[in-house]
Order: sequence, then structure tokens, then C-alpha cells
Amino acid sequence: MTAPRALLDRLWSAHEIVLREDGSSLLWVDRHLVHEGSHHAFAKLAARKASVAEPELTFAVVDHYAPTRERDKGLAPQIAYMIDTLRKNAANHGLKLFDLRDPGQGIVHVVGPEQGLTLPGLLINCGDSHTSTHGAFGALAFGIGATEVAHVLATQTIWQKKPAAMRISIDGELGPGVSAKDIALNWIARLGADGAQGHAIEYAGSAVRSLSMEGRMTLCNLSIEGGARFGMIAPDETTFAYVKGRAHAPRGLAWEAALNDWSELASDEDAEFDRDIHLDGSEIAPTVTWGTSPEHAIPVTSTIPDPETLANGKAQAVRDALDYMGLPAGHPIQGTPVDQVFIGSCTNGRIEDLRHAAAVLSGRRAKVSGLVSPGSALVKTQAEQEGLDRIFIDAGLEWAASGCSMCVGMNGDLVEPGKRCASSTNRNFRGRQGPGALTHLMSPAMVAAAAVTGTITDVRPLLKGRAI
Amino acid sequence: MSGWTKHSGQAVALPFHNIDTDQLIPSRFMSTPRSEGYGRFLLHDLRRDESGSEHPHFPLNRHKDTSIVVAGRNFGSGSSREAAVYALVDAGIRAVFAPSFGDIFSGNAVNNGLLPALIQDADFELLLRALGDASRPAHVCLDARHISIDGTTIGFQIDPGRRTKLINGWDDIDLTMQHAAAIGQHKRRLDSHAPWVRPVTERTGS
Ligand code: SF4
Repeated sequence: MTAPRALLDRLWSAHEIVLREDGSSLLWVDRHLVHEGSHHAFAKLAARKASVAEPELTFAVVDHYAPTRERDKGLAPQIAYMIDTLRKNAANHGLKLFDLRDPGQGIVHVVGPEQGLTLPGLLINCGDSHTSTHGAFGALAFGIGATEVAHVLATQTIWQKKPAAMRISIDGELGPGVSAKDIALNWIARLGADGAQGHAIEYAGSAVRSLSMEGRMTLCNLSIEGGARFGMIAPDETTFAYVKGRAHAPRGLAWEAALNDWSELASDEDAEFDRDIHLDGSEIAPTVTWGTSPEHAIPVTSTIPDPETLANGKAQAVRDALDYMGLPAGHPIQGTPVDQVFIGSCTNGRIEDLRHAAAVLSGRRAKVSGLVSPGSALVKTQAEQEGLDRIFIDAGLEWAASGCSMCVGMNGDLVEPGKRCASSTNRNFRGRQGPGALTHLMSPAMVAAAAVTGTITDVRPLLKGRAI
Repeated sequence: MSGWTKHSGQAVALPFHNIDTDQLIPSRFMSTPRSEGYGRFLLHDLRRDESGSEHPHFPLNRHKDTSIVVAGRNFGSGSSREAAVYALVDAGIRAVFAPSFGDIFSGNAVNNGLLPALIQDADFELLLRALGDASRPAHVCLDARHISIDGTTIGFQIDPGRRTKLINGWDDIDLTMQHAAAIGQHKRRLDSHAPWVRPVTERTGS
């Protein structure tokens, strides 16, 4: 009898080459994704005069600095330099590059799955913390720093200590207008932004099984905001249907062999988890953040916390956050005026996200300005085929090209100092969307509701009689 | 990178939780080549007003010779940007003491000779009291895993593998190359047992 194993154990042992005495494992990397920000790693490689060990397993994407408005002319020198540097590095090392004009260009965590590069059972690294996204396919996917990126480039392996296993089960049916984003903000608010540190999360339960791949990716994407480097979901028919026929996915006999191997990718029923958390999906309301950490999240129907009612250690942090956000303590969050909205990012820039937002915006006008940046060029094309672009444009929002855009502002899409933005992104950190920017995280449907009313609003009444 | 076991320097407290890597280095500075130095970017937007003038009260502005920082929980959370570590290291910081760290940050720190030292919540409070808003001489010992500030000595935790790496200043690529045979074996086994793992590309055709 072998001991019951969790999905994490299966994925780990399949990739472990060496187990060192100190507990670190040397793991084989099946896919490595790089972007403009990887320039430090390429510089390290050049300093050693090393080459890329497995160019066919390494894929480069222009996303962080990708212009979303004028793509051709007048690029700021710094942006042009970053994109050119990636082009040169990709060309020097013979890497496939999804360049600005490539029909497959987009945000790295949207492109990987969409191109069939992300598959169940793989180990996927990228020098980006939201690499946890790819775990939605039952892959071992985690973000790494520049020194580690250089290591993967040079050796196609990574040293990593096996994390503890944690399961978050969400059962019960999600209410209308409630999505994976709301699930994630809820568990992060409950456990804290460091609540899952040192753990690999496996998401389970009926509410997770009913999520589309888009929703699962949103959920796994946000694992890092709760401190977990890994988020994963055992693959099932939903996963296989998404992967089948994608450009780089296995075909023919290889597909059959893959399905066979993938059917093993689940936790045994009696597998032990170091931590086991349960949420009732039917109790989750549309959720928004009020502060400067993703853990500062509350149901939209709730009130902004009051430091006076909190213990000393917590009160100061809340006071600082409210001070930065310019919000009154103890007031309802609903009705807070916003200056602008943003829909996009690797968290919520996929086709389903755009459909949700469009369902709210259809036939309505936005009271504030806003930017919609699809997660990839393919998402953009599909949205245009479905007529979603018209809905956004008719509502008065700007329909732009794909990239990280206002999630991080590296391409110049910034929120001005002191402006308040309802955003479908992942980080409400101080200055994340630009120096002095005030960010409220929420689902794309909630962002659309904020656009329609010009304030933070419960999306549910706006969805009456509409399908989402 | 050279290793180290002992460090004596000036310590200050940054008594805030959740100092994420976007605070440690705002993204707009990250296209700078490393050779130009990242120290001036450290905590840029917390330390300076819009015109670029330093806030006189900010601890690191008052104490320019700081090499040891005591900070609140979840230090270095968020983005994987190693530039956050470059900013700390280039500003002369050798060790950060906090009740918890972003996982990716701690790995990046050790890869650049910076100690991410994990301390108990109670010891965090103790160090805050010992430091107040002053800068005090402190002594860090990696062997004994403790820090002393003005006669207050507390222990800290660090993963043993990471500690060894800090002490020896090891480079992972060199260590990994010693396992080249095992890596090659793994790769061949994959190719023969799991033909679906390699991505379908223009080169491989079907
Ligand atoms: S969309 Fe935002 S979080 Fe995602 S990869 Fe880009 S910058 Fe990072």
C-alpha cells in the first residue's frame, strides 16, 4: 500500500531530478516563459557567456511594456528599448517570440494557456509572480526571480523546496454576479495577504468544478496575493476541452497518451493536507477592496472598517491605508465615487471577463472614463467577433490593444495621482497603477457597474433580467 | 557573490506591514541597467514627495548609514521583481528582519547575499521597542542565527539550505551543473515516456 498522495505530491515527484540533503529539490522545467522584464536574467546569462539550454521550451512574450494605444509610432525611448532588448535576446537565443504584431501576442499568463503551451502535468516557470495562473490546468506553476530565470535559461531546471499542501474547498452555488474574483478576495481577506505563505494551494469543491477555465485561472492567478506561490486545480473534462486543438497542444497519438497521463492528476480521496479551508460559495457576495492590500477586501454591501474599533496592532495599518485611500472610516463602501475604470490584466482580461462586463454595460452609458484592454490579441479578435467592442465603445469606454497596461502602468497607461480607479486587476498596492493612484479591486462585472453609476456599486440589481 | 557569516552595522525600524515589492521599487525604474545602481530607487515613493524631495521624517532618510532593517509582516510580498532586492542591496542593506516574507522575495534576497531573517511576532515588538525611531548599532551572526541590538539578543530563522548558500556565497548554476548527468537522464526518460510534453512547434510539425 502506498501512502495517499495529493496532486502536489504527484506533480512534484514527476519533476524531481535530485533531492538535496537540505530538502531542496532540483526540478525539471517543461515550459519557461519570458517577457521584457526578464532583461536582468539575460544579462546574467551573457555575463557567464552561457546559452539557453532548451530554446524550444522557452517562449518570449511582449506584454509588460506593450503599448495599448499607438503601437507604431512615438514609443517612449525607454519602452522601445525594453521591447527591443527582448527581441534581441529572443533572436540571439533562438526563442519563439510573440511580438507586438503577432496574432498570438498578449499577457504571458493569457498567452500560455491560449496557445496550448500550458498543459496539465507540466512544470511552468516565468519571472512573474502570477505564474500561479497556469496551475488552473493541474500544472506545477510558480513565479521566480531574475537569478532563478537565468538558472532556468541555463539549465532548464530550478531548485525549489517542496511547499506544504493546503486545500481550499468551495462548495455551494455562487450567486448571480459572483465570480472567481470574489471567491479569491474572500479567502485572502479571511486568511490575510500572507495567509498561505509557504503553501501550495489546491482548490477543490463543487463551486470550483463548475468554474470555466477562465474562472479557474482567475482563482489560481490570485493565489500569490494570499502569499502562495502555487495554486492548482485537478484537471477534468473542462480542462481537456479547453486544451484540445490549441496551437502547441499535443495531437493524435500524443494527445491520447496525454489524456491517459492526465487522468492520474488528482489528489487521492484520503490525501492529507497540512491545512484545509472551507468556504460556502452561496455566502459570497460581490467583493471590493477598500485599502492598499488585497487582504483589505469586504462585501460591497458592507462598511469600511473603523480603526477605532480595532486592536492597536491592526488599527495603525488600517488608519494608514484609509489615509492613503482618502476614505472615511465606518461608512458604507457602496456609493464611493470613482474617477475611472479599468478592465484587463492576467487576472480578468479573458473573453469571459469581457462578456461579464459587457452584460452589465450593454445599452448603458458609463458615467466615468475607462479603458478596456483585452488580455491578448486573440481575446480582442474574439470579443470583436461577438460585438463586445461595440458595447464598450457605445458605453463611452476606450477599446485598446492587449498588454499588461494599467495593471502596472509600465507602458504609460497610468492612473493619475489622487484618482480613484475601479479595476479588474490584482494589486491595490500604493502607487501600483501609477504614483498616488487609488485602486479598488473587483470583478469585471463590478467594474462595469462602477462605470455605469460612477460609484462603487453592487452589480446584482444591474443584472436583473440579464444573462451573465 | 561573496559569502558572509557576521555583520555589524546600524539598524532601523520600518514599522509597517505589507511592504510590497512595488513599494521597494516602483515599476517605472525597472528598465534601468543594474550597472547604474538601484540604491536611489529604494522605497522611492514613500521616501520622497512628488517633486523628488526627501520626507525628513522617513527612517531611511534620517539614517543614511543603515544596513539592517526591522520591518513588519509580509515584507517583499507581491511582484517577483528581483529589482526590489537590488534596490536594498545597492542601498547597503545586508539583512531584513520581519515576522514574514514574500516567498519569491526571500529566494531573490538569498541569491543576492541579502539575509531575510524570520522572527517571532513578539520579538518583532521587542526589536521595535529597542530601536524606537533611532538608529542603533547591531550585530548579526548567521552561524548562531541571532541579532543583538544594545544588549537585546534574539534568535531568527532561515532555511538551512539558504543559510549555507549565504555563508558560502554559492551560485546555483555551478551547483546544478554537477548534476548534469541526472538532468540528461530525466530529459531522455521524458522524451521516451511522455511524448506529449514537448510543445508542438513549427519545427516539430504535426
Ligand atoms: S497583467 Fe499585471 S499582474 Fe499580470 S503579468 Fe501583467 S503586470 Fe503582472
